[in-house]
Amino acid sequence: MDIATFFQQVANALSLGSLYALIAIGYTMVYGILRLINFAHGDVFMLGAYFAFYAVTALAMPWGIAFIVAIGLTGLFGIGLERVAYRPLRDSPKISIMISAIGASFLIENVGIVLFGGRPKSFPSIPLFDTVIHLGSVSVLSVSLFIPVVTAAILAALLWMVNGTKTGLAMRAVSTDLDAARLMAIDVNKTISMTFGIGSILAGIGGIMWTMKYPQLNPLMGFMPGLKCFIAAVIGGIGNIQGAVLGGFLLGFIEIMIVAFLPELTGYRDAFAFVLLIAVLLAKPSGLLGKNQTVKV
Amino acid sequence: MKRNTMLSIAAGVVVIAAVTLADATLGRFTVRILNLSAIYIILALSLNLLNGFTGLFSLGHAGFMAVGAYVSALLTMSPAQKEMNFFLEPIVPILATLQIPFPLALIAAGTCAGLVAVVIGVPALRLRDDYLAIATLGFAEIIRVILTNTQNITNGAQGLKGITKYSTTWVVWSCAVLSIVFMLALVRSSYGRTMKAVRDDEIAAEAMGVNVVKVKSTSFVISSFMAGVGGALLGHMITTIDPKMFTLILTFNILLIVVLGGNGSITGSVVGAIIVTVLMEALRFLDMPMNFLFIKTDGLPGLRMVIFSILLMIVVLYRQKGLMGNKEFSWDGFIGLLSRKGSARNGGRP
Repeated sequence: MDIATFFQQVANALSLGSLYALIAIGYTMVYGILRLINFAHGDVFMLGAYFAFYAVTALAMPWGIAFIVAIGLTGLFGIGLERVAYRPLRDSPKISIMISAIGASFLIENVGIVLFGGRPKSFPSIPLFDTVIHLGSVSVLSVSLFIPVVTAAILAALLWMVNGTKTGLAMRAVSTDLDAARLMAIDVNKTISMTFGIGSILAGIGGIMWTMKYPQLNPLMGFMPGLKCFIAAVIGGIGNIQGAVLGGFLLGFIEIMIVAFLPELTGYRDAFAFVLLIAVLLAKPSGLLGKNQTVKV
Repeated sequence: MKRNTMLSIAAGVVVIAAVTLADATLGRFTVRILNLSAIYIILALSLNLLNGFTGLFSLGHAGFMAVGAYVSALLTMSPAQKEMNFFLEPIVPILATLQIPFPLALIAAGTCAGLVAVVIGVPALRLRDDYLAIATLGFAEIIRVILTNTQNITNGAQGLKGITKYSTTWVVWSCAVLSIVFMLALVRSSYGRTMKAVRDDEIAAEAMGVNVVKVKSTSFVISSFMAGVGGALLGHMITTIDPKMFTLILTFNILLIVVLGGNGSITGSVVGAIIVTVLMEALRFLDMPMNFLFIKTDGLPGLRMVIFSILLMIVVLYRQKGLMGNKEFSWDGFIGLLSRKGSARNGGRP
């Protein structure tokens, strides 16, 4: 393998890792607050892509506005999802909430199949993202460079929000102890809605960028990325935003590099994430950046 | 006590008569649905053993079913059939000529699924709740990816076609009844009580001297054995299998049955399996193109699953206990219910 191909793969891994990181953050934030795997998160990601698709094609919006509208709608959808599927079950056994999450995921996927059609759709080309950029002997799609930059910007904004604002403080408080946070006059419901909204907005952005890079949409497109990003969040230490980013990039790099260097394993690509997950859970169940928690009896 | 035993025997006779009658008189399509319900009873019971009785939330059922289906299919296929199936790459020599009778293959299917569960259980059962769910789901996906990629053993994505149709009404219903009886015995045994103890409070159970790891792994292996047998029966009924069949959607269907029937109720799983299977087939028209007088609609594939997802959501949100809660059918309760209704009709006087 020559050096140009290697850098090409690095660029690919960087953009895939960024996408994984964006989606993984949504999982990690929701898990941090509610101790709930939002199984429907991957489907929210799918919806983001479809919203953008319909805004651009059916409503003929310019892509900039279309993306903003789609991202906003995805955020609202996430808030609505929490209200309908998770809030009524907040005090129920964990298994019920998980079943509700799985049900919600299947509902969104199947409503997607009914409304959007099962056949894949292709996103109309946007010249800004579709040009090939030559850097020396390496040539990459411009979108592969946009993705890491956008991700980095979002990440910076998110970290500032979580660590520097009152809303972020409320989020951290609720995630540490929901009941104590309520006693401190924090509006727990509002904070949880906020978390779902932010997570879904990130998923929406991820979904749109995903379709820029892999311009095929289908209603089940969120399933595999959703699972993998949850795994990324667990690998990094769930509940920890930096951990989710680390896990996302790790997963992106491993997937791209194994396929690039060991092409005979390509068929097993979707299994890498799970193997990695099991390895990490065995070695360090709290994840790479997670803190060990002792359970008090 | 004696009355109940007699009633049970009578009910057994009625069931046997009904199955015989149904097999002889009903059309092939109806019998197929009937048999599918029996297979779903086995699968639902096996998931309920984990989910409802041991409190282990596993999403890996489709993987164990796949193992069972493939093992049994490969062991019963004739060498000629195998040659026809494996046209891309010849099958490995050991399997090419191996052919054993169906009952042995069925046991082998369950055993292989159980062995896979032993291997998976060692790391997976150290995890709890949602981590366990994701890990088992991950293992199921790994099994599926392996099945897709081992061209010379499983024929990869092409799957296996022309599997002998051994799953007759008698075979599947015998297996279903056997599973029900086995589950009843298991749940009522001291072993069943330790399982429930682990479900209710793991730490307290451990403090009382229950070997939690052993109970969990035994339950996991038994459940996988049943799932393997169920998967094998399914394969011998549909007669074609491929890795795409065994996705999370299959696990979801079984989960729907367990939740609808009642987590931790054998009666619930049996009733739920029949209801869901019949509904699945009855609602199939929703996916087809419809024709109301002069208005024609194109088919809306997926509408059926929308309804099932909504059903699951409604049950979880509004009636978490499902149909039966964790209660079981008993003759005393049944007769009590009948006489209460009877007395209500008499204006409340007995």
